[in-house]
Amino acid sequence: MGIDNLPVALSVIRPELILAGTALVCIALDLLYKPADKMPCWAIAFFGCLAALAATIAAWGTEQEAFSQLVRMDNLSNFFAVVFLMAGMITLCLSASYVQREGLMAGEYYTLLLISMTGMLFMAQANDLMTVYLGIEIMSIPVYVLVAMMQKSPKSPEAGLKYLLLGGFASAILLFGIAFLYGAVGTTQLADILRHAPRAMRASDPLFLAGVGFLLVGMGFKVSLVPFHMWTPDAYEGAPTSVTAFMSVAVKAAGFSILIRVIVLTLHPMAATWSQIFWWLAVVTMVLGNVVALVQENIKRMLAYSSIAHAGYVLVALTTGSQLGVQAALIYLFIYSLMNLGAFGVIIAMSREGDQGVHIEDFTGIAREHPMYALAMAVFMFSLAGVPPTAGFIGKFYAFSAAIKAGYIGLAVIGVLMSAVSAYFYLRVLVVMYMKEPEAGPEYGAGPWGATVGAGVSVSLWVCALSILVLGIWPGWLNHFAHQALQGLGCLL
Amino acid sequence: MIQAIFFYVFAASAVVMALAVVSARNPIYSAMALIGCLLSVASIFALQSAHLMALLQVMVYAGAIMVLILFVLMLLNLSPQELGERRVTVRRVTGAYLIGAIVTLLMVRLTKHLWAPASALDPNFGTIEEVGMILYTKYLLPFEMVSLLLLAAIIGAVVLTRKEKGDGQ
Repeated sequence: MGIDNLPVALSVIRPELILAGTALVCIALDLLYKPADKMPCWAIAFFGCLAALAATIAAWGTEQEAFSQLVRMDNLSNFFAVVFLMAGMITLCLSASYVQREGLMAGEYYTLLLISMTGMLFMAQANDLMTVYLGIEIMSIPVYVLVAMMQKSPKSPEAGLKYLLLGGFASAILLFGIAFLYGAVGTTQLADILRHAPRAMRASDPLFLAGVGFLLVGMGFKVSLVPFHMWTPDAYEGAPTSVTAFMSVAVKAAGFSILIRVIVLTLHPMAATWSQIFWWLAVVTMVLGNVVALVQENIKRMLAYSSIAHAGYVLVALTTGSQLGVQAALIYLFIYSLMNLGAFGVIIAMSREGDQGVHIEDFTGIAREHPMYALAMAVFMFSLAGVPPTAGFIGKFYAFSAAIKAGYIGLAVIGVLMSAVSAYFYLRVLVVMYMKEPEAGPEYGAGPWGATVGAGVSVSLWVCALSILVLGIWPGWLNHFAHQALQGLGCLL
Repeated sequence: MIQAIFFYVFAASAVVMALAVVSARNPIYSAMALIGCLLSVASIFALQSAHLMALLQVMVYAGAIMVLILFVLMLLNLSPQELGERRVTVRRVTGAYLIGAIVTLLMVRLTKHLWAPASALDPNFGTIEEVGMILYTKYLLPFEMVSLLLLAAIIGAVVLTRKEKGDGQ
C-alpha cells in the first residue's frame, strides 16, 4: 500500500468529521466572542449534533469498511450513533441553563462534550481493537474533565480524580487484553480475530483467554458492571448533573456498543464461555445495583445505583448471545437513554445553585408547586421501574423474553424479582412528590425552585416523556430498526 | 546466542526494576527505578530490531515524561512522615498473592504453548521509513484520532487549572 492509493473514504466517518469540526469551531468561537450566555457556542454544538444525526440517518443501510478496515459503517454503528447523538442533543438542552447557573466554562464544556461524542461514534464504528481503544480514550478523557469541572463544589474534583484514576487502570487493563489478543492471533482486526477464535478456543490458548478476560474487565468498567462499579456512585454524585445524565446514558451505551461488537459478535465462537461469565455478572449487577439503591438518600446516587442495575438488565439480554438478545439490548439502551435523561432533567430543574436540593426529601410536595415537572418525573420513574404502558416495560419485556427463549429462565426470574425490588425506590420518589405535604419552611416555600432553568429543560422533558409513552404503546417501529441494525451481521449470530 | 543472553539480562532487569517501582517507599526511588525499567524495555526493543521504538522509549518516556514526574515529586516535597509507615495489610497480601498466582499461571501455561518458529523479518523492519509509511497509510486514521485525543487533553488541562473567573483580576 503506497501513499498514492490511500484507502481514504471520508464518507464513512462523516458524522465524526462533522462533530470534530463543530468542536473546533466551538472552541474557536468561545475565544473570539464573549457574551455572558455563550448561546452561539451552544447553538453551534446543537446544530453540529443535528447535522451529524442527519448524516447518520442518511447513511442508514450502507455497509462499508474504510481506512484499511479500521472502521466499519453498518446499521449497528448507525443505530448506536443515533442513540449517542440523541443523548448528546438532549444533554445539550439540559445543559444550556445549568451551565450558566453553576458558572461552568461554557465553551470548553460544549467542546469537550462534542469531542467525547466523536469518540463514541468511533467506538460504534470500530472494526479493529486499535479503533476501539482510541475511541474509548477520546470518549473518556473529556468526560474525566467534565466531571471535575464544577470547581465550586469540593465533590466534583474528587469525583473527577477518582474517575480518572480508576478509568486509567481500566484502560490499561483493556490495553493489556488487546496486547494479549494480538500476541495470540497476530492481528487486531476484528474480522481476523473472529476467524482465529475457534482455533484458539479448541486449543484453549491461555494468551487468548487471558486477553478476552482483560477486555471484559475494561469494558465492564465502562458500563459499570458490578465488580467494576466502584467509581460509579461517587463520579455520578460529584459530577455536574447534566454531565451525570450524559455519563449514565451515552458513555454506558458506548461501552455496550464495543461490548456487543467485540465480545458478542466477534467472539461469538466462544459464546459458551462468555455467556457463563455474563450470567454471573448480570446477576450480581442487578442484585447489588437494586438493593443498594434502596437505601440511598441522594437522588443522584440512587440513580447511579439504578444505572448499574440497568446495565445488568442489558447484560441479561446479551447473555443469550442470540440475535434476539442483541436486538433486545439495543431496544433497551434506546429506551433507557430517554428515561434516564428525563429523570436527570427533572433533577436539574428542581435543584438549586451549587447542586443543592438533590436529596429525595427535597422533592417533598413538588407536585403542588410544579405539577408538570412532577408528572414528567412520574412518567420517568414508572418507566425506570418497568411499569406498563411506559417504554421501560417494553425494554424489560424484550430483554427477559429473549432470555427465556434462549433457556435462561433462572436469569429472567432473578431479573423480574429485582425489577420488583427496584419499584420500591422509584415509587418512593412518587410518594414523596405527591403524597407528602411540603414543609412550610423558608427553604421549601415559594423559593426559586425551577426558576433558574430555561426552555431547553422543559422541551427535552416533554420530548423524553412523550417518546416514552409513545414507545410504550407502539414499540413496533423501534423493534423494526433494531432488527435492521443487526441484519448485515446475521451470519455472526 | 549472545542476543539471548542480552535479552535475559535486560528482561530480568526490567522485572526487578518494576518490582522496585511498586515496593519502594520513597517515590523518588520509585521514579528512578521506573527509569531503569523503561531503559531495560528500550534495550529489549533494540534487540528485537525495533530501533525507532527503542529510541522513542528513551527519549519520550525515560527522558521527557520521567523528568515531569520527578518535577512533580520534588514540588510535592514529601517528608518521611507524610509517606507513612510501611504496612502489611490483609488486602495487600491478598492482592500480591492473586497477582503472583495469575502471573505464574500464565507463565507456566504460556511457556508450554508458545514457541512459534521465528520468521524472517523484512530487512526494513523497524526503520523510521517503514514506521512512517505504516503510520501514514495503514494506520492513518488512528494517527489522526490521536490528534483529537491530544486536543481534548489540552483543553482539559486548561479547564482544570484555570482559576475561577474574577479570582486573578
